[in-house]
Amino acid sequence: MTGAPVSAPLALGALPEPRPGRLFLGQLRRDLALAVRQPAEIANPLAFFVLVITLFPLGVSPERETLAPLAPGVLWIAALLATLLGLEALFRRDRDDGTLEQLVLRAQPLYLAVLARMLAHWLVTGLPLTLLAPVLGGLLALPAEARWPLTAGLALGTPILVLLGGVGAALTVGLRAGGLLLALLILPLYVPVLILGVSAAELAVVRIDVAGVLAWLGAGLALAVTAAPFAIAGALRIGVEAG
Amino acid sequence: MSFESFEAFLAMGGHGFYVWLSYALAAAVVCFNIVAPLRRRRRFLAAQKGRQRRAASARQGPVTARDAG
Amino acid sequence: MKIPEFLRRLWHRLGSPRWFYETTASWLPWFAVLGGLLVGTGTVWGLAFAPPDYLQGNSFRIIYVHVPSAILAQSCYLLMAVCGVVLLVWRMKLADMVLAAAAPVGASFTFLALATGSIWGRPTWGTWWEWDARVTSMLILLFLYFGLIGLRRAIERPESAGRACAILAIVGVINIPIIKYSVDWWLTLHQPSTFTLTEKPAMPASMWVPLLLNVIGFYLLFGLMVLQRARVEILERERRTQWVQALTARLTGAPLPDGDGAEQAA
Repeated sequence: MTGAPVSAPLALGALPEPRPGRLFLGQLRRDLALAVRQPAEIANPLAFFVLVITLFPLGVSPERETLAPLAPGVLWIAALLATLLGLEALFRRDRDDGTLEQLVLRAQPLYLAVLARMLAHWLVTGLPLTLLAPVLGGLLALPAEARWPLTAGLALGTPILVLLGGVGAALTVGLRAGGLLLALLILPLYVPVLILGVSAAELAVVRIDVAGVLAWLGAGLALAVTAAPFAIAGALRIGVEAG
Repeated sequence: MSFESFEAFLAMGGHGFYVWLSYALAAAVVCFNIVAPLRRRRRFLAAQKGRQRRAASARQGPVTARDAG
Repeated sequence: MKIPEFLRRLWHRLGSPRWFYETTASWLPWFAVLGGLLVGTGTVWGLAFAPPDYLQGNSFRIIYVHVPSAILAQSCYLLMAVCGVVLLVWRMKLADMVLAAAAPVGASFTFLALATGSIWGRPTWGTWWEWDARVTSMLILLFLYFGLIGLRRAIERPESAGRACAILAIVGVINIPIIKYSVDWWLTLHQPSTFTLTEKPAMPASMWVPLLLNVIGFYLLFGLMVLQRARVEILERERRTQWVQALTARLTGAPLPDGDGAEQAA
């Protein structure tokens, strides 16, 4: 490194390649620290979640008999929309402040960096949402038997939502119609997760064992963790190359 | 023939509206997808002709007489 | 595994949009005539000569346009996903052009399948819309198509747009069977006794032969439509090349760019 010219301080090629595990954790720690410093990233999706759920009894009916069968579906749909909102904001911020370019241009497996970023985002949005849902379920007369299956379903499903949504957000980052196009692209792909998640809650109410449904969600999560970061990385590369 | 008369054929046993509406839609979709590319091709050729004309006259220089076309 | 020589040569030739354009020029009339004949025969047979259905009467004749469009809607998406893979892995420009050409055609057949399915449902079930598993999956497929078309229009650079659409098509095609199974399962949970259009009691030959004719005929027409669109797409994207400019000169009398302008007196 003594030969490195002073005028090229960013000669990253001269630095030793960091090991993948440390890379992943380093990225994760950085992203979490950044997210905590920007409370909007955490607060906005959650506020949206709460608002949608609040609107529902006002728009439909406050009666428990009407709300109770709809509760799991409404909670899940609100979670879907809140996740998309958060992801769109995340990628837009990253693009605006140059983080996306940084991410793509560094000589490392982009897959791991993307995975770390998505995990960090889930920890500050998807996880609070999952924990909040059973509480908000009370607002919608969610039956007691459905509470834990709903939460478990969200715990498995929200990471899938973040990963799949990440693909769409990476494809649409920087586009003018971004948010709406993102919804059009990704909401159809969310349908299986929605169906499985809501079924877990509904079947629990009629006392059917939901382990199978949750297992399917787990399988979906495994698939998403394996495949989605590749698609996200590819989409980010396209976006950065285009400038 | 499964129908006794042409009127019976059009009526389709009471379901005529549904059957003919479906076939009309199908015909419309097929026609649209065959005609639209043809029109787009024609538009492209017209635009390209204009582009090549302008490029040719730009090369000839602004003073040279060009065919009015 | 030894790849036959002609396949390897074909693969290399496919790297040239110009070759594709010039080779397919003679195909178009064949696709049109054969497709038209088959669809014409199948339709006339199905409308006038097939016996009416025992349960549904004459409304079942909608099957002769509904089923081909539904099959095409799904095959087209598969075609786009294959093009997407070819584009991303081998960077073949032609794959992007076929992908772009196929999307609107697939979307319109999906719409047709939905519309004819809905129309067919009215005399059969009494309502214009019923959340049947296949109808629901077809609706979601329509949204997938719209997303693809919307994404292509939203991205300005054609190369970036092509690759983005390729990624989306691949992600979509993986999801389509997942969506279908989950929707199907969901609806059996909620409507265990739904009458579905998928129930096909054994059809006599006088009923399914015209259907087969129509399916093949529609495939040929689909091929025609995609070829037509792909060829225009090629012209538009390659418009700066010499061969396109020469072609335009030949077809419209426009001047050639290479200083031959002075000679193009006519």
